[in-house]
Amino acid sequence: MDKQMSYTSPVTSLGRIALRWVNELGAMVLFLLRAFRMVFHPKQLPTIIQQVYFIGARSAVIVTFVGLFTGMVMGLQLFHTLVKFGSAGVLGTAVALSLVRELGPVLTAIMITARAGSSMAAEIGIQRISEQIDALETMRIDPLRYLVSPRIAASIISFPLLTAFFDLIGILGGFITGVMLMGLNAGTYFYHVRTGVEMEDITGGFVKAVVFAVLVSMICCFQGFYTHLRRDSYGAKAVGLSTTSAVVISCVLILVADYVVTSLLL
Amino acid sequence: MKTPLIEFQKVSKRFNGHAVLDRVDLSIYEGEVTTIIGKSGSGKSVLLKHIIGLLAPDEGTILFRGRPVQKMSRSERDRTFRQISYMFQNNALFDSMTVFENIALPLRQTTHLSQGAIEERVRVRMEQMELTDAAHSYPSELSGGMQKRVALSRALVIDPKIVLFDEPTTGQDVIRRNAILSMIAQYQRKFGFTAILISHDLPDVFFISNRILALNEGSIIFQGTPEQFEEFDHPFIDEFVQSLEDFQEHLTGIQSKRQFRVRNQMGLRRKGPQDSYVVALFTLQDFDQLCEQLGHTRGQEVLNAMGAYLNKHFGAVGGFSARQSKKQFTTFLPFSNLNEAERILKKFGQDLQKEGLRTIQAEAHVSQDICFPFAILAGFAESRAGGEEIDLVFKAVEASQKEIARVYCEVRR
Repeated sequence: MDKQMSYTSPVTSLGRIALRWVNELGAMVLFLLRAFRMVFHPKQLPTIIQQVYFIGARSAVIVTFVGLFTGMVMGLQLFHTLVKFGSAGVLGTAVALSLVRELGPVLTAIMITARAGSSMAAEIGIQRISEQIDALETMRIDPLRYLVSPRIAASIISFPLLTAFFDLIGILGGFITGVMLMGLNAGTYFYHVRTGVEMEDITGGFVKAVVFAVLVSMICCFQGFYTHLRRDSYGAKAVGLSTTSAVVISCVLILVADYVVTSLLL
Repeated sequence: MKTPLIEFQKVSKRFNGHAVLDRVDLSIYEGEVTTIIGKSGSGKSVLLKHIIGLLAPDEGTILFRGRPVQKMSRSERDRTFRQISYMFQNNALFDSMTVFENIALPLRQTTHLSQGAIEERVRVRMEQMELTDAAHSYPSELSGGMQKRVALSRALVIDPKIVLFDEPTTGQDVIRRNAILSMIAQYQRKFGFTAILISHDLPDVFFISNRILALNEGSIIFQGTPEQFEEFDHPFIDEFVQSLEDFQEHLTGIQSKRQFRVRNQMGLRRKGPQDSYVVALFTLQDFDQLCEQLGHTRGQEVLNAMGAYLNKHFGAVGGFSARQSKKQFTTFLPFSNLNEAERILKKFGQDLQKEGLRTIQAEAHVSQDICFPFAILAGFAESRAGGEEIDLVFKAVEASQKEIARVYCEVRR
């Protein structure tokens, strides 16, 4: 009997983990649908504006820095690569397409996850363990409507805007290295940016930004909201672990979703 | 027969296999103050969370006005629970919001009142709770007592029909504790809500409660009036009530009613059946108006000073006093007969009018410039050690009360 158990136990454990993942995924989707339904509640607008300021406006500085240096690095790397093929002139197209299609949405989403996503998970987690969410329920204020819906709505508004901002700053970064440092003609650079990037590329980038916004806000809010149900820890430690889980799961899922969306768009 | 507002029928709740509530039966009636007492960890907070719907029972039924909650539609349940406010033990204030925003939150999120109307209601509530100066502070910048008052303001700001108070006086000094209880009693009478309290503050909480529920090891072992509770004979009383009274510093610095009765009985046993004694009763008339004018904290300080004054005065002639109700004191004069007592009380009344009221005002830290009209009534009755029950004596005393001192305020023109 014991021998049989030792053969089956890894399978049992794997099954248990798989079931837990499936359950959690189902719970997350329901959580998202319930919260999304309440985005259009009449009292939401002031809270959504507050969250757009926190998630969007206050992330602008970090997005500027990351965008600028990403564009500069790309300008430098691609310039040296393209020179080998005698096509340094298309630097503008290469930088702009990489940024608009891939790097812009992905890096922006990761940056916002680090800055605002972690804060969402921690803030909601602390509200859970200090009974503030219970207090909302006793006041008949739906915590999903009050805490989660505005964050999802604000993310959906902020992610594409910040992605666009990242793209612009990145293209400017490519200009600094390619034109100002490497001596490429400025008119050539901008001509290739304008002719190389098509509307579908921009739309695709925005689609990705919206998908990442939904994923990041859902995962971070979900992790914070159910901090009290963690089995591995309690209290402040549970808030810490929920925040870590929120950031790690969000980053991984951003990359997975990036591949899925790209393959659907191409 | 009166239908209970809330009724538990064989309600059980387990956490990790441990029964926190075990087949609990209880009734809570509309318009009353019901206090739930019990040792720490006996399931009092869990019981309250069942009433407000934060927890659902594993077994048994909870009824609201005779309707089982489990059978209510979602909208009916929502309507029912919307009438209830809950004050958490740890306050559960939103630490990233100011005091004003915390109190305004339920109005902003659950009503369609205009911004001006919300601000006015919050301002009035903050004034009543003496929180005006803290309006723009954050909860972490306030003392424990002030946080409690913010939580109380938030619970009352929506004018609920039922208010649950989970240890509303924890962490308060004796004056504030009684001020909060007095405030709860006053608002309960004024707005007519049903109050359900969890409290350890015996006997203070008895003065405002209509019913007491005692929870012991997950079961209700007593339901009844505070007077019935004082007669209730159970090991729980010795373990819980007595232990609390031993180390309790009472508001008035004098004995509790229970201690008073014990000491009274001991005193009477030492006397012959024909030996007389006198019981006097003092009432602070218009106490509620006094609290409204001076604030609940000052009101309790006046009561405190009055208790100290009585103790000082009658202690000298071998008397001892106890707080009889929210605004009444009883004094037992074991070595006096009716004639002596009449003389003593007459002298007491003169002293009180001449300088006592001024002393009480000073002791209560009420500025001499502030005049608050109030009167003290007194009555007394004689009985014999082998005579009638003490409760009958109290009734006779109450009937004989008349005014012995009054503060007159000049009307300035």
